Amino acid sequence: MLSHTSQKSAQTLLRGASRCIRPAMTTRGYAEHARPLDKTTTFGGKTTVTLIPGDGIGAEVSESVKEVFKAVNAPIQWEQVDVSGMEIGDKHMEDLFRESIASVKRNKVALKGILHTPVERSGHQSFNVALRQELDIFASLTSIKNLPGIETRHKNVDFCIIRENTEGEYSGLEHQSVNGVVESLKIITREKSERIAKFAFAFALANNRKKITCIHKANIMKLADGLFRNTFKKMAENYPTLECNDMIVDNASMQCVSKPQQFDVMVMPNLYGGILSNIGAGLVGGPGVVPGCNMGNEIALFEPGCRHVGLDIKGKDQANPTALLLSAVMMLRHLGHHAHADLIERAVLGVIAEGKTRTRDVGGDATTQQFTRAILDKVEQL
Amino acid sequence: MLAARSVAIPARQCLRRANGASRWAPALMQSQTRSYAQDRVGGFKGKKGSDGKYTVTLIEGDGIGPEISQSVKDIYSAANVPIKWETVDVTPRLKDGKTVIPDEAIESVNKNYVALKGPLATPVGKGHVSLNLTLRRTFNLFANVRPCRSIVGFKTPYDNVDTVLIRENTEGEYSGIEHVVVDGVVQSIKLITRDACERVLRFAFQHADAIGRKKVRAVHKATIMKMSDGLFLRTAHDVAKEFPHIEFDAELLDNTCLKMVTDPTPYNDKVLVMPNLYGDILSDMCAGLIGGLGLTPSGNIGDECSIFEAVHGSAPDIAGKQLANPTALLLSSIMMLQHMGLNEYAENIQQAIFKTIAEGKTITGDLGGSAKTYEYADAVIKALK
Repeated sequence: MLSHTSQKSAQTLLRGASRCIRPAMTTRGYAEHARPLDKTTTFGGKTTVTLIPGDGIGAEVSESVKEVFKAVNAPIQWEQVDVSGMEIGDKHMEDLFRESIASVKRNKVALKGILHTPVERSGHQSFNVALRQELDIFASLTSIKNLPGIETRHKNVDFCIIRENTEGEYSGLEHQSVNGVVESLKIITREKSERIAKFAFAFALANNRKKITCIHKANIMKLADGLFRNTFKKMAENYPTLECNDMIVDNASMQCVSKPQQFDVMVMPNLYGGILSNIGAGLVGGPGVVPGCNMGNEIALFEPGCRHVGLDIKGKDQANPTALLLSAVMMLRHLGHHAHADLIERAVLGVIAEGKTRTRDVGGDATTQQFTRAILDKVEQL
Repeated sequence: MLAARSVAIPARQCLRRANGASRWAPALMQSQTRSYAQDRVGGFKGKKGSDGKYTVTLIEGDGIGPEISQSVKDIYSAANVPIKWETVDVTPRLKDGKTVIPDEAIESVNKNYVALKGPLATPVGKGHVSLNLTLRRTFNLFANVRPCRSIVGFKTPYDNVDTVLIRENTEGEYSGIEHVVVDGVVQSIKLITRDACERVLRFAFQHADAIGRKKVRAVHKATIMKMSDGLFLRTAHDVAKEFPHIEFDAELLDNTCLKMVTDPTPYNDKVLVMPNLYGDILSDMCAGLIGGLGLTPSGNIGDECSIFEAVHGSAPDIAGKQLANPTALLLSSIMMLQHMGLNEYAENIQQAIFKTIAEGKTITGDLGGSAKTYEYADAVIKALK
């Protein structure tokens, strides 16, 4: 799905990024970091990858990925960390969370399901957000594309959402001034706006995308979103071959459900990304089929693009592993294992296109295991 | 220096509001014994004049505004609606360095309690607060009501959409409190107060009652914004207790977006209520489901006055050419009639509009027809009962 056009390894991206020279930016340039592949943990030809199954459907869909990887002999050694965001009174919860961070830092590459976040105020902060902030994986990429065989209301949808992952509304800075009056801070910095814009342009160049749309609400948040938008526009001057425009977030949501074909690459602050990736997922068949990844300077973490835990169908063998499988395909390409990636992708897309074995969320009645089985059979045929 | 001041002022406002909140506490306790219908939030207070007609302030707006306002006026006089229009101009003036709208306009709305407004062009230029925002602040229009209903005769990928969304209109992300901390670092403050939450939530429940819906759903992102959205959510649970006959639940913003785009029909029996930014985005998204802002009405409800408006742009490129589609303004005016309790007239005009569009013979260019604005209005008039 994320074929060569929309998904090349991060190396290409980073090389793309280094083409853009803005020395005055910070003391530490984002261009001159090491290539990530040099730092992965590889023994005997197998790369160690951290696997965080996550909560909800995570265990089931991870199992599916592991089986498929085994069947194609992918040169990956999993290092599984069963961290959970559920409030089950496990005192090792924080320890496991720290272990997961240590593991990802060590291996530089991870495949992750979604961790649950409690709504209660007493509950812990979102581990998903904490992980991204701790690892500084600043760019989230969600690929919204129609899969052949899945009937949706809109045809020929194919766009990518690039979302700033580490600041904005998810800064976690909130306080109660007096009882009943709460302030929540949205932080936008030029530095982070610059690096996400640069990532977006580099991504577009590397993947033959033609147009980048900056999504903002600068008419109301004149300073914060204004900074984001102006930084984007300034960055755009360095990429004259790419078409750039900007759009207000409410209009973008409206356009998304009426004419989604007009979008190619979209770049935006944190919260809008959450909203638009969910709208986008709704367009192409739901969170079960939308892959994604998070990129930092050194670390790449692959997770379903539309971040749903799926607690309601946990353990029912109904989950659609496509999102995690396609994220894993992106990961294989990132690591340079193109043959394995192609094989898995063709098998997954083949099974979906045939339409005989599909999970419930996309109109079938197969269980997760049956779907996985069908993919394994397909792998043998290919 | 400037930044510090701009932060200090809203902070003072917060405190003042918080003082107001303490007034709410006894009111809350009372309301448990007293029926909520008595302290109806944002109810219509206008009275008929000596000629048996209500006076309504009409802000025609810019661009296509005058043309579509004319259509409304024509259709209303044909339908014998007991309404007299009082046209005012709201071109902003600078008074003591602040953007204000003319006193005559303010007086008119204050006197009539209700206004209908066409599209306004936001003046370009830095530091200019948008006119819509100015109006919202001047009349303290705390709730924005946005119903979206599929229109027969205009095909979109989504059928049978019938959502009602209520958005908090005064604070949240659009509090306007922002400052540059150091060069390149901006803080924007999302302000949530219990007072404002309570008001909009209570209105949402009452509105659900008024339009015969049995479910209210609060949309939030309290997993991430535990305190601010958490406050909104907790207040929602508290207010819900006053309305035991209405089913209340809450949903994460992500899920709402996803489900609405996948299939909006499960939302047809609910009223959605949410903070400012989410409401802004989702209401426009819902409009997208049924074919855009040209077909969606909007109402801004305040304590005293309410303003009903077309939310689309002023389209200066087609102004004066009689190409504009007045449906959004018409549907907004129908919400206004319902707000004023003139339900029969609302019903009559609404069926005429839907019938005209469904027939598809006399519709404007944006809907795929070739009729002029006045031709469309004439067709609606012919379809009146």
